[in-house]
Amino acid sequence: MTTSRLYPQSRHSERQSRNLFFHSLFSKALEADPSPHPRYDQCSARKRGWLSIAIVGMLMVAGQAHAQGRGGPPPTAKAAAPFDVTGYWVAVVTEDWHYRMVTPRVGDYLGIPMTLESKKVADAWDPAKDEAAGEQCKSYGAAGIMRIPARLRIAWQDDNTLKMEIDAGTQTRVFHFGDWKSPGGEATWQGDSVAHWEGRRTGLDGRGLGDPRGQPQAGGLEVATTHLKAGYLRKNGVPYGANAAMTEYYDVVRERSGDLWLVLTSVVRDPLYLSEPYIVSTHYKQEAGAAGWDPTACSARW
Amino acid sequence: MTRTRMASALGILLAAGAPGLAQVELSGSWAARNHEDFQDRFQGPNLVDYTGLPLNEGGRARALSYSQSQLSAPERVCLFYPPYYLVMGPFGLKMWNETDPVTGDVIAWKIGGWEDRPPTTIWMDGRPHPPKDAPHEKAGFTTGVWEGNVLVAYTTHLKASYIRRNGAPASDEATITSHFLRHGDILTLTMLVDDPIYFSEPVYRTRTFQLESTAIAAMGPPCIQADEGTKEGAVPHYLPSKNPFVDELTKTLHIPPEAVMGGAETMYPEFRKKMKDKYTLPDKCARNCGGPRFGPPGGLAVN
Repeated sequence: MTTSRLYPQSRHSERQSRNLFFHSLFSKALEADPSPHPRYDQCSARKRGWLSIAIVGMLMVAGQAHAQGRGGPPPTAKAAAPFDVTGYWVAVVTEDWHYRMVTPRVGDYLGIPMTLESKKVADAWDPAKDEAAGEQCKSYGAAGIMRIPARLRIAWQDDNTLKMEIDAGTQTRVFHFGDWKSPGGEATWQGDSVAHWEGRRTGLDGRGLGDPRGQPQAGGLEVATTHLKAGYLRKNGVPYGANAAMTEYYDVVRERSGDLWLVLTSVVRDPLYLSEPYIVSTHYKQEAGAAGWDPTACSARW
Repeated sequence: MTRTRMASALGILLAAGAPGLAQVELSGSWAARNHEDFQDRFQGPNLVDYTGLPLNEGGRARALSYSQSQLSAPERVCLFYPPYYLVMGPFGLKMWNETDPVTGDVIAWKIGGWEDRPPTTIWMDGRPHPPKDAPHEKAGFTTGVWEGNVLVAYTTHLKASYIRRNGAPASDEATITSHFLRHGDILTLTMLVDDPIYFSEPVYRTRTFQLESTAIAAMGPPCIQADEGTKEGAVPHYLPSKNPFVDELTKTLHIPPEAVMGGAETMYPEFRKKMKDKYTLPDKCARNCGGPRFGPPGGLAVN
């Protein structure tokens, strides 16, 4: 296999070194004792065993304390990143093509777990009204825009803020790590997004809390978005409301060719317009540079 | 005894203190969340619809020659469900692992089959893939490794089959690379299908599943070859330029013909610009339109 998960070399090496150290310590402890006396042999081995355990335990606790920042400030989100999500990414549209590459016909709702209330709103979709109201960007809000064929430009705005620019609709999403608090005010198309690296969620003391559900994680980027201005999940007017909340998981995988892919799994919950969480996955391929980057204005019709 | 105690204690310490060494649990019944590609996965795609498929000229010609009646030929009755049907079809999947009875090491991960789709065995014990000229099986041959908390599987030795349920082909030279990404109770499966014979670029698909307590069967009923009336020795097909369904999608959904024929460029955002001035919104959807659901969440609930 030539594929590899994208751990930075430093973390990978640190883990490898730790494993090698444990291996050598464990092997030495199990080496045969030259003493011919069985009782001495047993006693000596027992002492060596507990001593080894104690040493290993102390080292691991010390290692964890270091990793969790007990000895200093917790690492910044940028420093703690398990993979590099920055760069240019292009949507590769191999799924839901008829709903993403062209504006779908009125009333085509296949796949979306709508409520009756949702259907009433969607059946009344009128792009001219949206244009008249200055709401051409209703399908470019956070819960809809990631399904629009687009390019992403992702970069660190600062050590704890990740910025995602999207050329379709010329939108910007901002992912805040740490203990960021929303300033409040009016809801926006992109809402407020709070992010953390899975498995690296930290409490106020900087200590790791792990996954709140106690369930395993792939180790990606988790983003929770709220405070959204109501918009469309699909270009033909399938709505999400102002109380919608979205959780996203971003993973980066390297394929055998060496290509990097950004895999986004998104879960939209909306008590008014969705009868169950709306779960889709979307993929983007990394590009070398800005050659295809083409910011365009929002369109209510295309 | 001392060694056993020491090993146990060390194991506990390692498990508690070094999460990077742990592998993610993938066992269980994972229900499909069919919120994307609904038509493709349930009713089936239009008979000629290669949008978003990177078919090369050979692949397109082969696809256009396809007649659904081919599946009535006895030797092809069970051909339709290759391993990538996992991301083409509407069904959930059941996963479990098989371990060495002495060491406890995982020898293989298993994905249960479903009717015509054979079960998949992902060998984790480092065995090599068979030689190039070894026989190809319906399930192919798959090996896997953990990369961090992600299971990565690689499949070779597949039989020739279809990448879309309308006869768009994939050859027996195709390979699959899969990533199993677990986030809590959600499993995202990526599949890159690379086919040097019929594609100009790999096909990349991702699908989501959700862990559920209702068991999914580890195996469905077997595919049984039967006589469905196709004349022996005949292969139903369309000759070049004789496929009667070529313009169906253009008539019904106003998709431009060059998009219907597929090709790598139809996968990228730039292609929208080419279509913009040619596309007009079709009439309101009249049937198979979806809408509010009244059945149970997820799975096979049809809207």
